[in-house]
Amino acid sequence: MDMIETSGLGKRYGRTWALRECTLAIPAGRVTALVGPNGAGKSTLLNLAVGLAAPTAGGVRVLGGHTAGSVAALDGIAFVAQDTPVYKNLSAADMLHLTRSLNRGFDQPFAKARLGELGIALKQKAGKLSGGQRAQLALTLALARRPRLLVLDEPMAMLDPIARHDFMASVMAATAADGVSVVLSSHVLAELERVTDYLILVSGGRVQVAGEVGDLLASHRVLTGPAEGDRYAGRPVVHARRAEGRARLLVRVPAADPVPPGWQAHPAGLEELVLGYLRESGGVARPGRSHAGQEVAK
Amino acid sequence: MTAPTLPVRQGRDAGLLPVPWRRMAWVTWRQHRIALAGVAALLGALAVYLWLSGLQVHHAYAAAAACRPAFSPACQGLLSGAHGTDATAHEIAALLQAVPVLIGAFAGAPVLARELETGTFRYAWTQGMGRWRWTVAKLVLLAVTLAAAAGAFGVLFSWYFSPIVASGDETPYLATVFDLHTVALAAWTLAAFAIGALAGMLIRRVVPALAATIAAWSGLAITTAAVLRPHYLTPLVSTNPSPKGSAWIISQWYTQGRKPVSQSVISQVLEKDPLQHVGPYDVKYAIGPLQYLARHGYTSWISYQPASRFWTFQWIEGGWLLALSALLIATAIWLVRRRAA
Repeated sequence: MDMIETSGLGKRYGRTWALRECTLAIPAGRVTALVGPNGAGKSTLLNLAVGLAAPTAGGVRVLGGHTAGSVAALDGIAFVAQDTPVYKNLSAADMLHLTRSLNRGFDQPFAKARLGELGIALKQKAGKLSGGQRAQLALTLALARRPRLLVLDEPMAMLDPIARHDFMASVMAATAADGVSVVLSSHVLAELERVTDYLILVSGGRVQVAGEVGDLLASHRVLTGPAEGDRYAGRPVVHARRAEGRARLLVRVPAADPVPPGWQAHPAGLEELVLGYLRESGGVARPGRSHAGQEVAK
Repeated sequence: MTAPTLPVRQGRDAGLLPVPWRRMAWVTWRQHRIALAGVAALLGALAVYLWLSGLQVHHAYAAAAACRPAFSPACQGLLSGAHGTDATAHEIAALLQAVPVLIGAFAGAPVLARELETGTFRYAWTQGMGRWRWTVAKLVLLAVTLAAAAGAFGVLFSWYFSPIVASGDETPYLATVFDLHTVALAAWTLAAFAIGALAGMLIRRVVPALAATIAAWSGLAITTAAVLRPHYLTPLVSTNPSPKGSAWIISQWYTQGRKPVSQSVISQVLEKDPLQHVGPYDVKYAIGPLQYLARHGYTSWISYQPASRFWTFQWIEGGWLLALSALLIATAIWLVRRRAA
């Protein structure tokens, strides 16, 4: 069953297409990372999936065929929006009560226990919480709904490294305990690399790559060789970089593909793969610090 | 995916019932209780003042009416004392003009605008309740509550003003008084709320939506009083310059024979009236300008709305404002349903 399924999905704001020709099938039981630079269309895709926005073109179905935003879809999907909006003048206890009132099911004991573990007092006003606590409160509200799909839009953008780590640990614990499928978006891959099963790269409003992380890694490799080697035996080159007389190519080839003489093959890392695709698509990738110095414009 | 959780979830999918409407009562109360408390405090304080002030008005008129003999200097003194309360009553009425728009705009504009401005709509509209039901429940609950509170306050105002109207000194159709009576006050408060809700959805920011609501409501109120209200029912026409009761005189004109005569002709005729120079109320030459005009073949006409139509007018105004408010609220709900994010 597919958690999110889109076909020819597009969304236009004014004259600008935020997302176009997006055809995807995000399988159930995975942690899916939606990665791309700021303004790539990640939030647009998630807003369409949770029914906050209506498509300009194409369609989106969720939870195995339900229309996005329908009663069944809303019931099974918990969404934590960017910047984790909460009602600032409501206490944590009020937020629990509110979420319980607005949903058919709500695991109040779980939510209370979880806030206790996190050290968030029930009387505390949501507006007085730190960014990390607020994100954890929003995550608690979402998890206590016992959703089948948890959608997180840039959940860690506002968090410091420790809070990011704690937040991801909470998400992973929930998926392990509950089997909930997760789709989360981020413009940084670093903290997602270890946990992601399924990867979608979005850039410039278009999906560049989508697939199981294992399959993607197996079907790509990095080759280094002579800088003048413009093409690599007719194989599709995702991204090429030349420096100090050497070429470094990210190529999409099967694992059994023979390595031509004069070239050395290395397995592609997820980060290199992501950056390769994003650079090639003209997106403004957030460069990994280690690459920034070596990069030569193609 | 862990096996034990799956059967439970499939069970949840079968025969999915929506979240019950009644849960929105707590949600609405919790999120708008400060606004509702503000409305209650404002109306409560004004009601106490109106009640105390109203007791004085009632006592003054009752004392003047009970006084015998009616034309004795003492009784005339009581009567003028009673009329003295009219001025206060009009000052109060002028101040109360702001009540419906204050209540309606401050309660109505933030309902959707604050969610959109702070981004909390992304939370509220992705819960199991669904954004359509969330919006319907909130707007309807708040609208009914505010209209009922305003209507109750309007009953008090009607009581407050009743001796002044009964004395025949004032027309209850007076613009600053008409809209404070029960039905009209409830309807105008409802209209302000509905304008506020829709403005909030369109403008998506609380303060500009508030300003737009106050401007739009004021424009509507002024247009209604000046242009629409006189035409709810066809006015009666009479040659009697002061019809009985507290009628509302809409217009006045003159004819000679059957032909209408312009105001400037009448002014010229009156210029020649020797009595004009002495004054129309001179005892020795007690003849008013109308009698003078009548002697010269001119007839004075008025069109008016009799006092007996007052409550009909209240319900006509209440009716169309209710329809307008329902339309505005329905539009806001439709917009929420259609064009979110």
